[in-house]
Amino acid sequence: MSSHGHGGSQSSGGGSTLLGYIGIDTIIEQMRKKTMKTGFDFNIMVVGHSGLGKSTLVNTLFKSQVSRKSAGWARDEKIPKTVDIKSVSHVIEEGGVKMKLTIVDTPGFGDQINNDNCWEPISKHINEQYEKFLKEEVNITRKKRIPDTRVHCCLYFISPTGHSLRQLDVEFMKRLSHSVNIIPVIAKSDTMTVEEKQEFKQRVRKELEMNGIEFYPQKEFDDDMEDKSDNDKIREAMPFAVVGSDKEYQVNGKRVLGRKTAWGIVEVENPNHCEFAQLRDFLIRSHLQDLKEVTHNIHYETYRARRLNENGGLHPICDTQDSNL
Amino acid sequence: MQEPQQQHQDHGGHEADRENEGQDHPHTPSYLRPPVAGRAQSDSGSEPSLTQSKCVEFDLPSPVSPSRPKSPWSLFDPYDNNEDKEYVGFATLPNQVHRKSVKKGFDFTLMVAGESGLGKSTLVNSLFLTDLYKDRKLLNAEERITQTVEITKHTVDIEEKGVKLKLTIVDTPGFGDAIDNTECWKSVADYIDQQFEQYFRDESGLNRKNIQDNRVHCCLYFISPFGHGLRPLDVEFMKALHEKVNIVPVLAKADTLTPTEVQKKKIKIREEIEQYGIKIYQFPDCDSDEDEEFKQQDLELKESIPFAVIGSNTVVEAKGKRVRGRLYPWGIVEVENSAHCDFVKLRNMLVRTHMQDLKDVTRETHYENYRAQCIQSMTRMVVKERNRNKLTRESGTDFPIPMGPAVSESETEKLIREKDEEDIMQTVPETLINKVKKQFLC
Repeated sequence: MSSHGHGGSQSSGGGSTLLGYIGIDTIIEQMRKKTMKTGFDFNIMVVGHSGLGKSTLVNTLFKSQVSRKSAGWARDEKIPKTVDIKSVSHVIEEGGVKMKLTIVDTPGFGDQINNDNCWEPISKHINEQYEKFLKEEVNITRKKRIPDTRVHCCLYFISPTGHSLRQLDVEFMKRLSHSVNIIPVIAKSDTMTVEEKQEFKQRVRKELEMNGIEFYPQKEFDDDMEDKSDNDKIREAMPFAVVGSDKEYQVNGKRVLGRKTAWGIVEVENPNHCEFAQLRDFLIRSHLQDLKEVTHNIHYETYRARRLNENGGLHPICDTQDSNL
Repeated sequence: MQEPQQQHQDHGGHEADRENEGQDHPHTPSYLRPPVAGRAQSDSGSEPSLTQSKCVEFDLPSPVSPSRPKSPWSLFDPYDNNEDKEYVGFATLPNQVHRKSVKKGFDFTLMVAGESGLGKSTLVNSLFLTDLYKDRKLLNAEERITQTVEITKHTVDIEEKGVKLKLTIVDTPGFGDAIDNTECWKSVADYIDQQFEQYFRDESGLNRKNIQDNRVHCCLYFISPFGHGLRPLDVEFMKALHEKVNIVPVLAKADTLTPTEVQKKKIKIREEIEQYGIKIYQFPDCDSDEDEEFKQQDLELKESIPFAVIGSNTVVEAKGKRVRGRLYPWGIVEVENSAHCDFVKLRNMLVRTHMQDLKDVTRETHYENYRAQCIQSMTRMVVKERNRNKLTRESGTDFPIPMGPAVSESETEKLIREKDEEDIMQTVPETLINKVKKQFLC
């Protein structure tokens, strides 16, 4: 067997220098194998009034037709009278990793004349998922892997007015940033020039700060210096100004996703054109697991603590199916 | 500014480069799979495509697409080159999952049990290349008489290739050393239960941020090579603990046996284990998609139980190499030579292939069993108290001090009690625990 570096391992028990390599680092490989077998769940909610390109963006993010609109539901259905919550799930696979992706759509949000309290059905849905999980967790015979329907991430679509946030945006984010990870994005940003985009972003960020809205990644949950510096860079760049598309065009001999206009092709994945690639890398390639962890360790725990404290405890489980004796 | 230039090419009837919108293209990269639920048809977008143009050029240089920042995953990166690949990127998910664990480090609790003098300490030192027992004082026979079975813990931090492991060794000195060894495993069983209980309390509490996990993940049980298979004490110990902890039986000091003797003993011990219904730790079965070599190794592993081991704290020179071993006048026993003993198999199993599984089985099976039993017994307590209150018409709290053993009950009483228990079972365990806590811990 090979010894690494100076050979042998260090121990704080007055260390031995006897030869060899134990092989502790292989535990990473063991964990990988196991998690790859069990697969992952990821639940993402999209919120914003209709026409902001939510479904298209989600399809672009996951390079598959995963949104509700692609699941065959009528494209021109009427705007519902209250906010609907509609979920659609798919299993997608890449590099041997299987992910059960659930998109929670919220048609009707912000579309009414009077939008008072239109965040309530959304808040209710989020809390219902926490409740479901809690019930499973306190069961006597627990499932090995509790199915996770909790919303891990809420993409909030800001309309690219170029002015500032709307009142509804502020209200929604204020109320929900404490129970779910909110990631604000500026939708359809190809309506703004580079300068307009910068100004708008700054204004939006200032407003978010003024209103005390802690979007993800929240400052208070940075674990260590390394996390903090990574996350600071991301926070500086947020909200990401994105463009979505599921159509491909040929540019410079390569096929790229984009929107074709009379004056040019907007390349979705070109960082000079929009910040989609940054959003995607942040959301999927580096912080996907962290989104789940913050949801589980912080938002869910907050909910759980509140439930355990109120009325001297949880209400009895009504569903006899759950308590198998 | 961008200036699209359109090149008009005449292909006659050929429309190879027609820009069709939203359809599958011939070179869909292999990483990309459509969702299992079936790909919905995108609308046939009636916008007339530019039939003649092939490519539209821009003045801005277009970057390698999709562009992405330098991967933090280095050699664990599933996307091993930066070329033009149309992937989403979530295959890095396993890496993300373990990034935090790697930062925090892993922990593992190993218990060693068996009579003194079977080489337990030496084996532990050999396995983890530590000197946990350097300043130990060995007791003589008189001193041992008055000893009860102690439980001692040693913790050591080991780091290898950037991975940190906090290893805890739980030792059971005094086990099997007395003249009368009846129930000498009790303190061991109690210790294991205590760790479960502490975890259960923590897990049911309000603040779950930093729960210490001291549960025992694996117990190496040392069988003496001098007997004819299992002794009564061995059987009783393993039966008392096989539902609380993963037991891995080990044939100690195997250098006192010839290879044939080792084989015979292993077969006999395996038979006896089955005969007495002892549930030792089972290696999980191989997936059908594992390669043949892995399957072969797995089979060999299963047939090596109990592992015939030899340990050594000294380094000797054998065939020009420095190895861990034992020097005899008739030869040198090399600890890490698989022809000499199963040390390497044990170490690989314990550390390199099954460490995670040992922890998982502890968590998912042994701990869950404990938890279920705990909740049931707490429920029984509640029901008893309720009945007692009904009889004495006292308006007490739900949980007065528990009384002595219940009087034997009739059949009807039993049915009533069971129904009561069922009702209470509907209440969330956490409420029960909190009430118990308040009552008994304040």
